[in-house]
Amino acid sequence: MSDEQTPPMDRREALKVLAIAAASATIADGLTPAPASAQRAALPTLPAASAPIPPKSGPRGTVTDPDLLNAKATWPRLLSAAELVTLSALCDMIIPADEKSPGASAVGVPAYINEYVSAPYDWAERALVRVRGGLVWLDVESGRRFGKPFTGLSLAQRTTICDDLCYLPKAKPEHQVGAQFFDQIRDLTSSGFYTSDAGMKDLQYVGNVPLAKFNAPPPEVLKHLGLA
Amino acid sequence: MVQASPKSQTKYDVIVVGSGAGGGMAAYQLAVAGLKVLVLEAGRSYDPVRETPMFKLPRQAPLLGAGTKHKPFGFYDATVDGGWEVPGEPYTNAPGTDFKWWRSRMLGGRTNHWGRISLRMGEYDFRPKSRDGLGADWPMTYDDLAPYYDRTEMLIGVYGGDDNLENTPASSPGVLMPPPAPRATELLTKKHAAPLGIPVIPAHLAIMTTRQDANTLPARLHPNNPLAQRVLAQSMRQRAACLWATPCGWGCSVKANFQSTTVLLPPALLTGNVDIVPDAMVREVTMDASGKATGVHYIDKTTRTDRQVTARVVVLAASACESARIMLNSKSALFPNGVANSSGLVGKYLMDTVGAGIGGQIPALENLPPHNQDGASGMHMYTPWWLYKEQLAGKLGFARGYHIEMGGGRTMPGPGIFGGLEEFTQGAYGKRFKEEARRYYGSFIRFDGRGEMIPNEDSYCEIDPNVVDQWGIPVLRFHWKWSEHETKQAAHMVKTFADMITSMGGKVSGTVETDGAKVIANGGQIIHEVGTCRMGTDSRTSVLNQYGQSWDVKNLFVTDGSVFVSNADKNPTLSILALAWRTCDHILGEMQRGNI
Repeated sequence: MSDEQTPPMDRREALKVLAIAAASATIADGLTPAPASAQRAALPTLPAASAPIPPKSGPRGTVTDPDLLNAKATWPRLLSAAELVTLSALCDMIIPADEKSPGASAVGVPAYINEYVSAPYDWAERALVRVRGGLVWLDVESGRRFGKPFTGLSLAQRTTICDDLCYLPKAKPEHQVGAQFFDQIRDLTSSGFYTSDAGMKDLQYVGNVPLAKFNAPPPEVLKHLGLA
Repeated sequence: MVQASPKSQTKYDVIVVGSGAGGGMAAYQLAVAGLKVLVLEAGRSYDPVRETPMFKLPRQAPLLGAGTKHKPFGFYDATVDGGWEVPGEPYTNAPGTDFKWWRSRMLGGRTNHWGRISLRMGEYDFRPKSRDGLGADWPMTYDDLAPYYDRTEMLIGVYGGDDNLENTPASSPGVLMPPPAPRATELLTKKHAAPLGIPVIPAHLAIMTTRQDANTLPARLHPNNPLAQRVLAQSMRQRAACLWATPCGWGCSVKANFQSTTVLLPPALLTGNVDIVPDAMVREVTMDASGKATGVHYIDKTTRTDRQVTARVVVLAASACESARIMLNSKSALFPNGVANSSGLVGKYLMDTVGAGIGGQIPALENLPPHNQDGASGMHMYTPWWLYKEQLAGKLGFARGYHIEMGGGRTMPGPGIFGGLEEFTQGAYGKRFKEEARRYYGSFIRFDGRGEMIPNEDSYCEIDPNVVDQWGIPVLRFHWKWSEHETKQAAHMVKTFADMITSMGGKVSGTVETDGAKVIANGGQIIHEVGTCRMGTDSRTSVLNQYGQSWDVKNLFVTDGSVFVSNADKNPTLSILALAWRTCDHILGEMQRGNI
């Protein structure tokens, strides 16, 4: 009953090449340098794909079917250069450089926040208002206290303001708006920072590398947990 | 091999509607048996080998890969044109209902992104009504399906342990692949759950921890079928074992986990007996005057035109709600209420899984020495339901159980990673923030309950007479109601998880609700909707017989989640696959006997 048809050779050969290219691309592309402790495995060697697989269709490039391998946030960015300068100063107050890693602005956090508040979603419209309003609020507060905008303040002066904003439950009534703004910027800053290569390294995240075998937790981990 | 319109065959033995778990299995089993199969898929063609964003990082995606209304499970999630909303394909809710219907429009359907959790239903799960008087019994027993579970697990590759607990059956020896080593978080959970009487055992996931034995498995699965053995061996040789990195939900380009598009459709296509037509939205089953199905009508989405195809047998595997929708929309003189609906039960007894969860922070996990916890992306350990005896004795106040899924630890940093840190650090910022981040990273865990819902009269779908989708097809309207069995179960979940977190020396995030109605997920939110065309022993109280065959239309079969009679806490995909295989054996038998 079986009528075994094989697909045309040209398509099959083309797919074979594509499959191999895709497999090698997965390993070369997008990997952070593996920490020395990580044992990176060689990619499994698979026989050339000779099975007919679906024909080239691929993503249609719509919002519900984007190209996952060549991702881009294409929407226009709404924050101005001046706003970004103030924002960078605040991001670096939240995550400054230290002996282990750079500060937030050095890894592009302000650009991420700009992408976030400019996104074509309802929540982004609300975030944009809060961030823009917060930046103006910050400069007005800086001016009220020290006669200069936030970026013109010394580290000690900036700290005085941030201390009043950093913990929403304890913020004074007149600082509530600033504290809400600060809280949102802190969340966005930590999101942007710790997803950067430098941030993942700072946390000593050592995954996202292909391994030949998944090992049980090392003895020092078991000891730390009282499981040794 | 896939083409925009059928060409390689002029006549088909079987039309399979849908290419996910049930459709993929049907296409594979029927094609290796030599039948000519046409698969109609409502979404686009999709190739995980080329399209999976393996090893991509959040920072390489818009919004760091965060979920949006367009990509609810994150940018890199494999789902195409899907989610709880599909562009141009609405559904409606009756007043007071907020059911969420997840769909994806792609070859392989939801098998491309699913959680890979593969738990067998047990002996009790097939006989729920006999055991506690609620719901309905299946027209089969665990022993009837057990051989198909074994075969399905060998076919797709499932890791798991050999525990054989109450209503949590073991697989036959040699069927499962070895489970991965537990993570630190899972070992800590196991230690502290034990005094509470809560077991933590290896989970079962459709992820390969070793490569399949392509030299022996095909002959075991398909004795005396050289075609099946050849295509399956070839397909198995193209699958690698897990790389222990990059989330399964994005798909897998090395085919280490189960997706219809990597495991079932490739060998099906290798037979040369299968054509797949993507972008084909089936709207109606066609009938002849004698009451036999003759084929289907579909809308070719690329041209927006109606097409008709014919075959000896029609298999619906479009998903529980979509298959019900097709049947209800297939009205004829013989079936004024929809094809195969003489019982009036098509669309009825819609079920989802009960879901509730809670997280916490565990001081013991702070400052843990760095090590790789990625693993199989899904859980390595889980908790099966453990209170069967107490429940049967009426001590719990709700009738059915749940299993516990666990996650957390040193996962890849993503957006929102330190969203709650303010609370733990009284507003740290500056250098102290970085120190606190190093301390707290990896110390958060989460437990999620996934529990059984009892089918009820108030949860169903029907055709909304006033609304069509962009393809002109009348849409579904949902009705939904949880009973106290579900809401009390949800309350039990969060109370239990809080106890587990406390027992680990941890701090629960947020408050622990005692009102289950406030923590239970919406109907449809867990994406385990099943039960709209249930099987049974009687044509008056069920839509299908135990083989997924319509009582009314002998050559019409269903192989998706709609056939479920109950919805045990065991995630449905594995059972859909096993049941679909069993249905295919029956179809072949019926054909040989000349009945269809």
